[in-house]
Amino acid sequence: MTISITAKAAERVEKYLKNRGKGVGLRLGVKTTGCSGMAYTLEFVDDTLPEDQVFESHGIKIMVDPKSLTYIDGTELDFEKEGLNEGFKFNNPNVKAECGCGESFTV
Amino acid sequence: MALLQIAEPGQSTLPHQHKLSIGIDLGTTNSLVATVQSGLPTILKDKDDHVLIPSVVHYGKNITHVGHDALPFLLTDAKNTIVSVKRFMGQSLNHIQYKDALPYEFDETSQDIQLKTEQGIKHPIEVSADILKKLKTMAEVSLCGEVTAAVITVPAYFDDTQRQATKDAAKLAGLNVLRLINEPTAAAVAYGLDQKKEGTFIIYDLGGGTFDISILKLHQGVFEVLATNGHPHLGGDDFDQAIAEMIKKTCSLNQLNHEDKRSLIMEAKKIKESLSTHPDVTAKFTLSNGKDIVFTLNRDTFILETNDLVQKTIQPIKRALSDAKLPITSIDGVVMVGGATRMPHIQSEIKTFFKQEPLNNLNPDEVVALGASRQAHTLAGNKSDQDLLLLDVTPLSLGIETMGGLVEKIIHRNSTIPVAKAQEFTTFKDGQTAMSIHVLQGERERVSDCRSLANFTLTDIPPMVAGSAKIRVAFQIDADGLLSVSARELSTNKETSVTVKPSYGLSEEQMIHMLTQSFENAEEDKKIRALSEAKIEGEQIITAVQNALHKDGKHLLTQDEIKDIQNAIYTLSSSLKESDADLIIGLTKNLNALTESFASKLMDQSVGNALKGKSIDKVNL
Repeated sequence: MTISITAKAAERVEKYLKNRGKGVGLRLGVKTTGCSGMAYTLEFVDDTLPEDQVFESHGIKIMVDPKSLTYIDGTELDFEKEGLNEGFKFNNPNVKAECGCGESFTV
Repeated sequence: MALLQIAEPGQSTLPHQHKLSIGIDLGTTNSLVATVQSGLPTILKDKDDHVLIPSVVHYGKNITHVGHDALPFLLTDAKNTIVSVKRFMGQSLNHIQYKDALPYEFDETSQDIQLKTEQGIKHPIEVSADILKKLKTMAEVSLCGEVTAAVITVPAYFDDTQRQATKDAAKLAGLNVLRLINEPTAAAVAYGLDQKKEGTFIIYDLGGGTFDISILKLHQGVFEVLATNGHPHLGGDDFDQAIAEMIKKTCSLNQLNHEDKRSLIMEAKKIKESLSTHPDVTAKFTLSNGKDIVFTLNRDTFILETNDLVQKTIQPIKRALSDAKLPITSIDGVVMVGGATRMPHIQSEIKTFFKQEPLNNLNPDEVVALGASRQAHTLAGNKSDQDLLLLDVTPLSLGIETMGGLVEKIIHRNSTIPVAKAQEFTTFKDGQTAMSIHVLQGERERVSDCRSLANFTLTDIPPMVAGSAKIRVAFQIDADGLLSVSARELSTNKETSVTVKPSYGLSEEQMIHMLTQSFENAEEDKKIRALSEAKIEGEQIITAVQNALHKDGKHLLTQDEIKDIQNAIYTLSSSLKESDADLIIGLTKNLNALTESFASKLMDQSVGNALKGKSIDKVNL
């Protein structure tokens, strides 16, 4: 079981956490919804939950609940620029199909 | 795949439902647009990496240019190129100063400002809308999505007409404006001053062509504008002009054509900007006649030559302080806004004047837009409740009418909005199937002393014994001050609701009148409330006892007991016609005591009935 984050993404997360002034890390997860089954969630973490699996990559703590982990195991979180837009991207090896916009997926 | 931003814990949105919100600083000279990304307010750029979009619109024959694209037309087609339209917003034609000095052609037949352009008559609202459209498109290209909500900033001194004109422009541009906020408030929010509980702050805003001073008081998370002052024609441009004059004098330049005047100003601007970081600057440029100009200026000379301009900004500060009746020492923070505040002698002058370091670590050009984006982000519902920015309060309490003509307050006055509160109510009569919800505003206890806002009826309540139905009445005020009231019967989940705008048609004076009335009549109101409540309780117990007597009195009580109870009912019900709360309360207690044994017999009987005919192991104890 592993979840990782690229150096570029880690740098951003650190900046955002610092600006926010609180938070212990990042939560990656999935929600069952969307046009293609599942959707990713990306949130700041203030409190770690007892059931959380905690990963550390490039100095950033990543919390994942066990249910989500089965869908995103092996994922690497990256930060990318597409034209003027920039944001985080899940590179998830489990994905079989994505909806057109890529916000939801099936495994 | 789509790029994601980090949400607050538990605030992740569903796909395709991200609430893209923007903050817009709609400036006189330049405009900016910002958004919050992963919790961080960020200024958005256009495709050429521009951050400041000139508030300039050119109306060509078949095409409209906005921003940088419109700049070249300032010289070639001044009549159709509108600058500083913000000065026209919500104004009528006779309010425009130096009208003849402006290059525009006005429609003199109308009191409204109507600009005659190549594309026909343009109203300032339309011009403003074209700027907003440009900013909206810029944000949508940059964020790859539809902007659902915006907060636009306006000067603190804007009156209702000017604010309404700004709102109309936004509507025309297809923007959903969550709220207009004052520019100084936005600057304070950008510095996180709203996170403090209390404080008095000065916002020193020296822009390109305008100077504004605002004194804000933060009280329980709400910013109040205590005083504003300023100068409508003072800004960074005047410092450029001063340097241009120095160049003209030093290099003996007298007759200059339009083009040279323009390049002189451009060079002066560059010199001014580099003097903020360098002690001396040398500019070299060539005039249209081929003459080479070399000009050197050191910071000390610049400071000396422009000191009168800096002093011009101190007077309005003094006036604002005296208007607000505040000594300099009561100022807890000074926020610097506008590109011109980068000049070191302005920074040091302000520091000396207020005897404290001004807040200047954010980009002074961007601070207003950044604050607006934070506000938009929160109002669009992207943050958790405890992080809500509190910028507005309900001026009067809101509630519903209950039995006896009393008002039960659900949202109290001075509650910060947005707010949602709910309370459970019940039926008053056995078998009651409908409930009338009368929504009221005011501080008084009696319905007749409050202002009626709305009336609706919740029907289809299943018939039950009085007091056993549960009706949940929920009040919600959104960020725009819109109140919605809903009533739901909890066993059937049937719901009825109504929406009202509480402040509609209520002037400041009326509001104050309603408030003072409530203070003056507090004692009387309290008595009225006590009496009314006592009467209701008395009536309720009489009904309950009469029902029980009718059903079970004969076989559970003796003749004498029934007689005593009936006497007590009679004296209580006659006291209900009088206005002595204490007497009613005493008689109610008396009736209660008399019927105590009756009540316990009733209880035994119903338990007995429930157990009758059942074997002991079938009874759930």
